[in-house]
Amino acid sequence: MNVQEFIEKFAEAIDIEATELTADTEFRTLDEWDSVAYISVIAMMDEEYDIQIEMPTFKTLKTLGAIADYIEKNK
Amino acid sequence: MAFLRFKGIGITAMAGAVPKKVIKNLEYTEFFPEDQVKEVVEKVGIYERRFADEKTCSSDLCFAAAQKLIIDNNIDRDEIDLLIFVSQTQDYRMPATSITLQHRLGLKQSCIAFDVNLGCSAFIYGMSVVYSMMQTGNIRKALLLDGETRSKVYGPRDRRSAFIFGDGGVAALVERNEKFGETTLSLNSDGSRADLIMIKAGGYRHMSTPETLKERVVDEYGNMRSDEQGYMKGGDVFNFVIREIPRDIKKTIAEAGKTVDDIDYFCFHQANNFINAYIAKKMKLDLEKIPHTIEKYGNTSSVSVPLTIVSELKDKMEGQKTLMMSAFGVGMTWATGIVSFCDTKISDVVEVEEGQPCDESLRRDYTPIETGSEESDTHPNKED
Repeated sequence: MNVQEFIEKFAEAIDIEATELTADTEFRTLDEWDSVAYISVIAMMDEEYDIQIEMPTFKTLKTLGAIADYIEKNK
Repeated sequence: MAFLRFKGIGITAMAGAVPKKVIKNLEYTEFFPEDQVKEVVEKVGIYERRFADEKTCSSDLCFAAAQKLIIDNNIDRDEIDLLIFVSQTQDYRMPATSITLQHRLGLKQSCIAFDVNLGCSAFIYGMSVVYSMMQTGNIRKALLLDGETRSKVYGPRDRRSAFIFGDGGVAALVERNEKFGETTLSLNSDGSRADLIMIKAGGYRHMSTPETLKERVVDEYGNMRSDEQGYMKGGDVFNFVIREIPRDIKKTIAEAGKTVDDIDYFCFHQANNFINAYIAKKMKLDLEKIPHTIEKYGNTSSVSVPLTIVSELKDKMEGQKTLMMSAFGVGMTWATGIVSFCDTKISDVVEVEEGQPCDESLRRDYTPIETGSEESDTHPNKED
């Protein structure tokens, strides 16, 4: 999977500009990262990639690149 | 995998009650700035809710609904052999609220009455108990009452739950009749997720103390609540729901020998509009067949499925209808029902204020339950 494509979908889900993000972005430090953003991202991952991730696993993923890797390995 | 199947049993009449007091969510800005409130409100799609006043309990909402049902349908109270009250906001820690409702509604003493303590999926669980007891053949009429005052459970300073919950009560009359076709129920539980939605204190694991009453900051966003108030990890619940609910719905429809096209209405637990719209889209359901009340009543926990039926399907239940009911929540528990309806009589939703139905013709005199005295007729032993 293309990391840039994932970053664009992530940005759209939480309603920010993709240009602000890279694979190394630690998304939990973003101002926009709150409970509403969280469910939007979960919905996006389910819808776009058919990925339903368990919470303890999601918590270990720190960067956008790490989520993209996870999706790639579990699709 | 446990499916329950029933035939010739169904809900013949329904009524609902809500508190008179309307909370307008966009104006619910005492603790959070307007722009934040607007963002949350639009995301969850909840614009109004009903809040019970200090004197109104779940039992009062159910009483009003039951009175409306009994009076509108001219039901003989002596024919009611079973009363089940479904709630997690009961009047007392003991006795069970169903027993006080037996008295207040003027039902006979040989009426079976008990409570079912479960959350959002509980109406379907309640149906499973009522239908099972009905199957013995010895019960003529059963009242399934379901009431919640979740506004009293969640604090206003925790934005994860402050804009979601509302109050309501319903009454459903269950009877045996050949006209009802098959009903298939799927009931599920996952206690490993018990901490996703919880009120920690006030039971016997963490008994109430001055400490449990104190509001404190609970997360990095500054949300505040006490341990006597409920919390919900909404993101984790959502994650769970999008995985399990579509799967359970598909299995239950197949088990009932039906297809999605055979269902007249899909009645979902009104959790919030984001979840509901997402499930509908994911399952490619016809939105015309999905009644909703989330925008005006909010999430009323287990009451939301039957309250949505009462509020939205009043004039649409003539003849044979097949309804899907789907609900999920605290526990976690989740349930799906493919339920046969036939000519179900639905009353208008009534309002309740200060513990009484606003419509005076629905009130009923009864000996108060709390006498305010613990004096008994016997005398304590006197020494000397």
